[in-house]
Amino acid sequence: MESALNALILIGNYIVVPGLAYGCQLALGALGVTMIYAVLRFSNFGHGEIMSFGTMLVILATFALQSAGLSIAPLPTALLALPAGIIGAIGLCLLLDRYVYKFYRQQRASPVIYLIVSIGTMFIIGGLIRFIIGPQDRNFADGERFIVKASAFKANTGFSEGLAIKTAQGVTVLTTFAVVGLVFWFLNYTRTGKSMRAFADNEDLALLSGIDPDRVVRITWIITAVLATIAGTLYGLDKSYKPLVYLHLLLPIFAAAIVGGVGNPLGAIAGGFVIAFSELAITFAYKKVAGYLLGDGVLGDGLLQLLSTDYKFAVSFLILVVVLLVKPTGIFSGKTL
Amino acid sequence: MTALVGTAMTGGYGGADILKGCTIAVEAGEIAVIVGPNGAGKSTAMKAMFGMLDLRAGTVLLNGDDISDLPPQQRVRRGMGFVPQTQNVFTSMTVEENLQMGGFIRGDDFSDTIEEIYRLFPVLREKRAQPAGELSGGQRQQVAVGRALMTQPKVLMLDEPTAGVSPIVMGELFDRIIDVAQTGIAILMVEQNAKQALQIADRGYVLVQGENRYTDSGAALLANPDVRRAFLGG
Repeated sequence: MESALNALILIGNYIVVPGLAYGCQLALGALGVTMIYAVLRFSNFGHGEIMSFGTMLVILATFALQSAGLSIAPLPTALLALPAGIIGAIGLCLLLDRYVYKFYRQQRASPVIYLIVSIGTMFIIGGLIRFIIGPQDRNFADGERFIVKASAFKANTGFSEGLAIKTAQGVTVLTTFAVVGLVFWFLNYTRTGKSMRAFADNEDLALLSGIDPDRVVRITWIITAVLATIAGTLYGLDKSYKPLVYLHLLLPIFAAAIVGGVGNPLGAIAGGFVIAFSELAITFAYKKVAGYLLGDGVLGDGLLQLLSTDYKFAVSFLILVVVLLVKPTGIFSGKTL
Repeated sequence: MTALVGTAMTGGYGGADILKGCTIAVEAGEIAVIVGPNGAGKSTAMKAMFGMLDLRAGTVLLNGDDISDLPPQQRVRRGMGFVPQTQNVFTSMTVEENLQMGGFIRGDDFSDTIEEIYRLFPVLREKRAQPAGELSGGQRQQVAVGRALMTQPKVLMLDEPTAGVSPIVMGELFDRIIDVAQTGIAILMVEQNAKQALQIADRGYVLVQGENRYTDSGAALLANPDVRRAFLGG
């Protein structure tokens, strides 16, 4: 019995807790991708860099706050710096829309053109980020590191396995719930939110109903920038901030959006968790779990790991390919907001 | 005063003209129907009156005001409602949300208008919380008409409202359209089901190749042997 519980704690510590946090971060990212897709009808490859840009500003603001001696310990200072990052990211998105995407909208460019343009913005923002903050790894998490420490857990419960919950993970889950709730409330219960859904559903009829397309587009970018900055900051607090890593985040985020059904906000959330848990479950080494459940060495002395963590992107890729082959519309049939 | 009149309209989608000096008018509280063979320019004539087509010649007057140069959105604000033939509802949104979006440009409280539309189309009240995409063809058309009525238009234009619905549903839709006309709204519609449509029409226009061929009351057109033979299948 106790060894079964130990196995459970092990899985909780290495898959469930980190998976929940990672899933939330992907969900927030995918929500932004999916909203752009629903309203502007293209896949925004610049999304990872928008996350990165917002996070970079949060980090710079955090450093400024830290040197000014301000803190909200035990919570990380980055939360206090979040508005600065959000405002900057909103500015970036609106500028990009005004000077890049608007041109192609007026040309009625095809989605493929948009996609290529968004890759262009990805490189530009990426370059800008490396100019400003540089390519190196940055850790900006401060305050109390753990909500539950593994050693304290062991001491209090007497189990030989420990369960740790990082402050960043707790903050991630709570923030995500609040933000997602707010977004859904906005989309379903406000006049502006409904007009966005109407525009995503049927553009011509929305125009006929007097909905202003420019306003819908602007608000979509603003929401996307907010979501991207929050997602990026939470990811950075949980792990660390490195521009290249954020560029790579694009793949699991797109996989999440597509698995859930592109254009469907609920799907983006579900997709985020599907990708996060698959990635962790497939790259986790089950040797110790098997040891607790079956006895040491019963299954040989391999690590019992399906894939090395170096291949974690392959998991997103694999899920992406399978979904596109089997059910291209995703879990929740996509393409509406 | 005539609610809506398009006089000597000439134009097309670039290249050759589809409309060649055709004239269509509708009075408040009346139903006017445009019929004619395929490619006669029926829908085009209606789109021209709604501003979705640039006219090379001719004018469109709404209650006596020249609106020939206004874009469709402005015409909606001036009191015109338009129900497209296809994709005329927000499928992922509930019936009630569709109506709310119909009233989007109104700054005032439009709950009484929604109530009025539920009185006109009782089935919509039952289905108010259901996504419009899950409704049957006839119910969907009622949502589409209801959405257009939310701006309290003086003129309502319907592009083939009975396309693809069963004969029974068609009869019911026409009954609803008569109800709408009786509230004092001018109704202009294009119809494939010419015979049935002319039966409820106060005024009928038979278009052929972008020109007026016959113009008369619906009953007179139905009685006209030439019209019967050429356009109504005997």
